Amino acid sequence: MSTTQIKFYQVGSFAVGNRLLREDERSVQSDPERTNALTSGHRACQGCGEALGARYALDAAMRATNDQLIAVNATGCLEVFSTPYPESSWRVAWLHSLFGNAPAVATGVAAALKAKGNHTTRVVAQGGDGATVDIGFGALSGMFERNDDVLYICYDNEAYMNTGVQRSGATPPAARTATTQAVGAKPGNVFGQGKYLPKIAMAHDIPYVATATIADLRDLEAKVERAMTMHGSRYLHVLVPCPLGWGSASCDTIKIARLATQSGLFPVFEAINGEVVASSKIRKKVSVEEYLKLQTRYSHLFSPQRNDEVIDHLQRIADKNIERYELMGE
Amino acid sequence: MDKPYAITLSVGSSLANHTGSWRVEHPEYVNRMPPCNKACPAGENVQNWLYIAEDGSYEQAWRELIKENPFPAIMGRVCYHPCQTACNRSFLDEAVGINSVERFLGDHALEKGWKIDPPEHETGLAVLVIGAGPAGLSAAYQLRRMGHQVVVRDATHQPGGMMRYGIPKYRLPREVLDAEINRIKEMGVIFQLNTRVDDVHDALEEGFDAVFMAIGAQLSKRTYIPAGESARILDAISVLHHFEDGQTPMLGRKVVIYGGGNTAMDVARTAKRLGAEEAIIVYRRTRDKAPANDQEIEEALEEGILIKWLSTVKYMGEDDMMIEKMALDEKGFPQPTGEFETLEADSLILALGQEVDFSLLGNNVDLDVKSGVMDVDTNMMTTHPGIFAGGDMVEGDRTVTTSVGHGKKAAKYIDAWLRQTKVEAKEEKDAVAFEDLNTWYYTDAPHAVRERLAATRRVYDFSEVVQGLDESTALYEARRCMSCGNCFECDNCFGVCPDNAIKKLGPGWGYEIDLDYCKGCGICVSECPASAIEMVSDL
Ligand SMILES: Cc1cc2nc3c(=O)[nH]c(=O)nc-3n(C[C@H](O)[C@H](O)[C@H](O)COP(=O)(O)OP(=O)(O)OC[C@H]3O[C@@H](n4cnc5c(N)ncnc54)[C@H](O)[C@@H]3O)c2cc1C
Ligand SMILES: Cc1ncc(C[n+]2csc(CCOP(=O)(O)OP(=O)(O)O)c2C)c(N)n1
Ligand code: SF4
Ligand code: SF4
Ligand code: SF4
Ligand SMILES: [Mg+2]
Repeated sequence: MSTTQIKFYQVGSFAVGNRLLREDERSVQSDPERTNALTSGHRACQGCGEALGARYALDAAMRATNDQLIAVNATGCLEVFSTPYPESSWRVAWLHSLFGNAPAVATGVAAALKAKGNHTTRVVAQGGDGATVDIGFGALSGMFERNDDVLYICYDNEAYMNTGVQRSGATPPAARTATTQAVGAKPGNVFGQGKYLPKIAMAHDIPYVATATIADLRDLEAKVERAMTMHGSRYLHVLVPCPLGWGSASCDTIKIARLATQSGLFPVFEAINGEVVASSKIRKKVSVEEYLKLQTRYSHLFSPQRNDEVIDHLQRIADKNIERYELMGE
Repeated sequence: MDKPYAITLSVGSSLANHTGSWRVEHPEYVNRMPPCNKACPAGENVQNWLYIAEDGSYEQAWRELIKENPFPAIMGRVCYHPCQTACNRSFLDEAVGINSVERFLGDHALEKGWKIDPPEHETGLAVLVIGAGPAGLSAAYQLRRMGHQVVVRDATHQPGGMMRYGIPKYRLPREVLDAEINRIKEMGVIFQLNTRVDDVHDALEEGFDAVFMAIGAQLSKRTYIPAGESARILDAISVLHHFEDGQTPMLGRKVVIYGGGNTAMDVARTAKRLGAEEAIIVYRRTRDKAPANDQEIEEALEEGILIKWLSTVKYMGEDDMMIEKMALDEKGFPQPTGEFETLEADSLILALGQEVDFSLLGNNVDLDVKSGVMDVDTNMMTTHPGIFAGGDMVEGDRTVTTSVGHGKKAAKYIDAWLRQTKVEAKEEKDAVAFEDLNTWYYTDAPHAVRERLAATRRVYDFSEVVQGLDESTALYEARRCMSCGNCFECDNCFGVCPDNAIKKLGPGWGYEIDLDYCKGCGICVSECPASAIEMVSDL
């Protein structure tokens, strides 16, 4: 009988778990003993991508640090839905101060640990896209520039969701928000504005910058784990669809994140010391339309009549990403 | 507890907040019908035994399989595998090679010598099975497992029916056939061979509590063919039967076979192996209309057999014959063209289908025959109480697998009839559609091909044409299964719930929804690869 190693595992590492894999090859989330850093009873909306992303990331960070972790949180949905006084959903040492100062607070926590001679406890800071790319941007850039020993995780749901879906610097063009209504000649958010924080982070030449989504758990976990093997400032930008703000079905949250990557609109890559070293290849290419159609924030592109000009423009953005980050594989 | 300044409430966990109250619908785990299971004429639970085999638990997988079908090694060789035709994976890349895994399990069991346990208790009831073909053997096996005493009578001197006297050994080696039948013998089934039953009614008088008739369709259909005095015209069933019993039929150098079914293919391929220089099949319709299985046509062509489609036999002489070309009319029916062709031919073998020999019904008129087959109700019982029938002699596809399915079904109803109980009706479930699956999660994996003996080598002898898979390839093939409609413990639901509302109960135990916290978002349902969860309204 043949004794060759069998390399095919049915779902490989696409699904959360795989009973055919060795224990040590399995994901953190497949472990019934996982931390559940953000536990049940939180008040996030049905199907919240941010709640899922935060649990994925922090559970992985907990495993990577043997549970020696302190998390600093900016104001935003993640903070509000998890800690309405006097309850908390956090099963990790957790600290909240203000909307705009999470990087600075995290820097302080890291400095305090160092001062106390604690070399094992690690620090993550986390916030929404508003906290990260807008109000906390100065503090974050300072943290990067000083290369403080913090992993900063941005949960990007592409608007200020907690206060009612206002535009942020990370809101994509054409998207409708409370402050970029679908009215006038150019409905929705304008083209040519906003900022892409992963590239700005890379420009600081920090040790590690990566993007991820909740549609690829194993990739996200691997990136958190890798970041935790390093010291200095590290930045992880995670796409987390928001059913409320994006106007999507609560059951489609992961699907939408997946379509964002498969259309090329959200490139998933990794950069070391400011240079891109790897990108996740597209497995099943889709047009941007398939992604847009599931979200009412883009419904003005399809009705009352189809707006080909804008859809084509968004497709060109996706195509550019595919080229720039080499998303198509060989 | 002393609280700090301005703090009035004690800190607590959000677990106190039961978000389940927000919900209007909740997920439930379900077992849906995989298309392969639905298509299997023997009613095998294919998805389940593939699942068990996937981690290398071959014996357990085999035991699960043989609950429905005692012949995996035979099936793995002769079944036309409608399961694979129905397999959802064919929409992704190629169908799962269910049949080759089945053969692997069957062969592996023979190699390891795994046995079937004898029944735990005896019922003291006795059933006579007439005919040791697949239908009779399957019924005998199931009835014996239920603890009944079973006697199988067959007119020939070896059991197997058309599995032995029809299917040639290059497709089904006799060691395999014998070994799988032997396992049934070892369970305590009594075989009475060389024992033709002349009147089924006698059996009941003999003291049997019930009878299962499975005599197959043994008579070759004939057609009138004008022929010269010394023309050699044979029928396919007799040729195959005699050859199996060691009598090599005189076929000559050039053999023509008339018919387009599997029997025609088998007899042509047998003739070629017996040394015929030329074997030509003549069939009046086109290839796509031929009842023969496509793989068998392909293998026959590979072995150098010529097939004259759209042709009929007009005359058979001593060493030549005449055929007429046909053409399809507007309705697609073949019509004569008046265009003739002469072929050299030493013998003509008719393979025009088979009929049931009803002589064993005796003179009694209480057994109904309808359109040439035995009339049975949905319980497989004939119009005579206590006499059941199945296999080729009743209506249905004439295949080994259908016969096995009939035998199993009949056994269930015979048992109920003997005990005066009712078989619980199973609801007909729709098969899981490909669109119901979330195929994103399955890795790309093309079908593993079973090796076949080179055509030039195989026409010299009767060695087996299609080879089996080795263990690693069989395992690979089993793992290609997408587990349509049934949980395969991929942990996706457990992982993707934003509310942590799913509990993982451990290997083999599955998962549980924690309704205290489930908000009813439905992500677990959409991200389940296998469509094994459904949303159910709470209202
Ligand atoms: C050449 C050929 C090739 C085939 N190839 C395939 C294939 O590849 N795959 C497939 O699925 N199917 C194949 N078939 C069809 C398949 O073999 C039959 O559908 C199947 O064997 C029928 O099973 P059965 O139990 O109803 O009857 P049979 O297999 O015909 O068995 C009936 C038995 O009853 C016995 N019997 C008959 N009358 C009496 C009596 N009065 N008293 C006692 N015993 C009696 C006979 O001796 C025989 O043993 C093939 C058939 C032929 C002829
Ligand atoms: C200085 C300050 N300005 C405004 C607010 C109100 N505020 C709270 S959360 C929030 C938006 C958060 O958006 P983002 O960071 O993207 O997180 P999300 O809620 O989308 O997850 C705002 C504007 C505040 N708390 N502090
Ligand atoms: S993928 Fe598996 S369960 Fe689905 S039809 Fe094919 S063999 Fe059956
Ligand atoms: S998601 Fe995976 S583990 Fe959950 S029910 Fe479906 S197959 Fe089973
Ligand atoms: S993912 Fe969680 S909250 Fe959503 S329906 Fe499933 S169990 Fe309920
Ligand atoms: Mg936001």
